[in-house]
Amino acid sequence: MKICTDFRLTESRHLSPAYGLLTLQSEEPLPEIHAGQFAQVRADGSKTTFLRRPISICSADPETRTIRLLIRRAGNGTAALIDTPAGHLINIMLPLGRPFDIQAPDQSTDRPLLIGGGVGVAPLLFLGHEMRQAGICPEFLIGARSASDLLLLDEFKALGDVHITTDDGSLGHRGVVTAHPRLQRPVSQIFCCGPAPMMKAVAAAAAKLGASCQVSLENMMACGIGACLCCVEKTVRGNVCVCTEGPVFNINQLTWLD
Amino acid sequence: MARLSVNIGSLHLKNPVLTASGTFGYGEEFADFVDLSRLGGFVVKGTTLHSREGNDYPRMAETPSGMLNAVGLQNKGVGYFIDNIYPRIKDCGSEIIVNVSGASPADYVAVAERLTPLQGIRAIELNISCPNVKQGGMAFGTTCAGAASVVSAVRRAWNKTLIVKLSPNVTDIVEIARAAEDEGADSVSLINTLMGMAVDVERRRPMLSTITGGLSGPAVRPVAVRMVWQVAKAVKIPVIGLGGITCGRDALEFLMAGATAVQIGTANFLDPAATMRVIDEIEEYCTRHKISDIREIIGII
Ligand SMILES: Cc1cc2nc3c(=O)[nH]c(=O)nc-3n(C[C@H](O)[C@H](O)[C@H](O)COP(=O)(O)OP(=O)(O)OC[C@H]3O[C@@H](n4cnc5c(N)ncnc54)[C@H](O)[C@@H]3O)c2cc1C
Ligand SMILES: Cc1cc2nc3c(=O)[nH]c(=O)nc-3n(C[C@H](O)[C@H](O)[C@H](O)COP(=O)(O)O)c2cc1C
Ligand code: FES
Repeated sequence: MKICTDFRLTESRHLSPAYGLLTLQSEEPLPEIHAGQFAQVRADGSKTTFLRRPISICSADPETRTIRLLIRRAGNGTAALIDTPAGHLINIMLPLGRPFDIQAPDQSTDRPLLIGGGVGVAPLLFLGHEMRQAGICPEFLIGARSASDLLLLDEFKALGDVHITTDDGSLGHRGVVTAHPRLQRPVSQIFCCGPAPMMKAVAAAAAKLGASCQVSLENMMACGIGACLCCVEKTVRGNVCVCTEGPVFNINQLTWLD
Repeated sequence: MARLSVNIGSLHLKNPVLTASGTFGYGEEFADFVDLSRLGGFVVKGTTLHSREGNDYPRMAETPSGMLNAVGLQNKGVGYFIDNIYPRIKDCGSEIIVNVSGASPADYVAVAERLTPLQGIRAIELNISCPNVKQGGMAFGTTCAGAASVVSAVRRAWNKTLIVKLSPNVTDIVEIARAAEDEGADSVSLINTLMGMAVDVERRRPMLSTITGGLSGPAVRPVAVRMVWQVAKAVKIPVIGLGGITCGRDALEFLMAGATAVQIGTANFLDPAATMRVIDEIEEYCTRHKISDIREIIGII
């Protein structure tokens, strides 16, 4: 069941000039939402933004009917959302797409590794929560340009061990996530969301380690519900819609490693 | 409450609000937001004889008050539609119109013949105006001879309601409409998307994999209203108007310019319940202006 309704912006936190964390409350009860699913958000505050903007759901609490969205200032639409004053209404359609597929690891000592880059950490926070609820202990590997781009670190640390890389070395290991020593050691499950080049590098690393790997794609979208066929990704089954068959894909479904 | 029903050929619609092909999937995608049985009808995605993968990504670019698309008729073919999709949607309580495309008149005829036995399909819309495929598509819709060749061939094979969807990418859309009428079309629908192009100046490359694509949304509406008005004045068959409709007011603009029915396209992406709102707003307008039958205002300009 999907809904399309006005949410009240109850809190807007500017995490840095580039990032905002929006807390939004629905009038209607929230449908069931899982990590990896996204929302189509109308950016009425931007005159130049015509279509809705797809944004991952960062957390969802059915009891308070609230969701959180973590947004990076990419252009006019996302800027308008980040700059919306608290108390205003934002029209949101959700939940869309298919969630991450959570499976208990074969051995209880084996921990899934959740790898995020930039704003791609948003769905991984939700995923970490769901794993903990399922009795699974996740481990995080988070990459960013510099220390100020590392978002919601305290919340990640509350869920599991956090490994960090920054491009400029201002925190954690200097360099890209795939160069982090954690990826030299065995791991059986990887979940990844971030910029496309990063996800491709992680997918290649996962293949080398023999780990399963799920990635969350950010193809450009118009409708978000499988009606326009604009968001397609090439897969082993041909072109499929990222908004309905994804945004989460197991990399063995994609043609990245061919 | 005003009477909203209209006829397109022998097709009876409970109200003049349809959806545009390629923007409403197969209806099911909108089931959480829309009461499908309230629609006059819906036009399903462009359907071809064989399955098509469509064009490469990126296929979409946002533009001022509109969007460009270059989907390229991705669909699983008419056989898949008949076996898998039709059984799921046939009892939705609303007219289902199949949008048909092909690379040759024989392709169009073959699709129409396959659809003929389906009781729930009482009309097809021939897409002779798709700007996003290399072969066929718009090639037929830009000359009178091309349009006539497809329409006359399909007319011989299809005795239910035949709608021909026109391309705005022509010098004189009226002469193409007349050619379709002369070959026995029951109705013409217009407009399909306007050919357009957008450039990503940072990356110094086109926004679409196909370089050019089709423009839709409110940006095209004044062009569409003008064309509907010109065509409605020139032909005797009913005209279906579309292009950038987002609300009841926009739909009424087309009806007054001569359209007997309208289709809602890109607006479905902005508000998945756009069609319901359009119907409500037309009803509200009729009440406010004491109109007892929608036909009182069709073509008043
Ligand atoms: C499933 C999914 C989940 C996402 N989750 C998040 C998230 O949690 N937080 C976040 O900040 N961003 C997320 N994004 C990306 C976000 O949708 C884009 O950054 C946003 O649409 C840009 O809009 P804009 O108006 O600010 O920028 P624009 O000026 O429109 O574009 C800036 C850049 O964003 C890209 N973009 C533009 N429109 C879209 C679109 N409709 N879909 C995807 N990319 C687009 C363009 O390629 C361009 O490079 C997600 C995207 C998808 C598909
Ligand atoms: C994503 C997309 C896909 C489309 N696919 C088709 C199609 O398969 N067949 C067709 O005849 N028209 C297709 N169209 C054109 C629309 O049906 C309509 O003619 C056009 O978008 C103008 O109406 P609008 O401005 O209300 O969207 C498509 C339009 C869009 C935006
Ligand atoms: S965005 Fe329309 S089909 Fe995916």
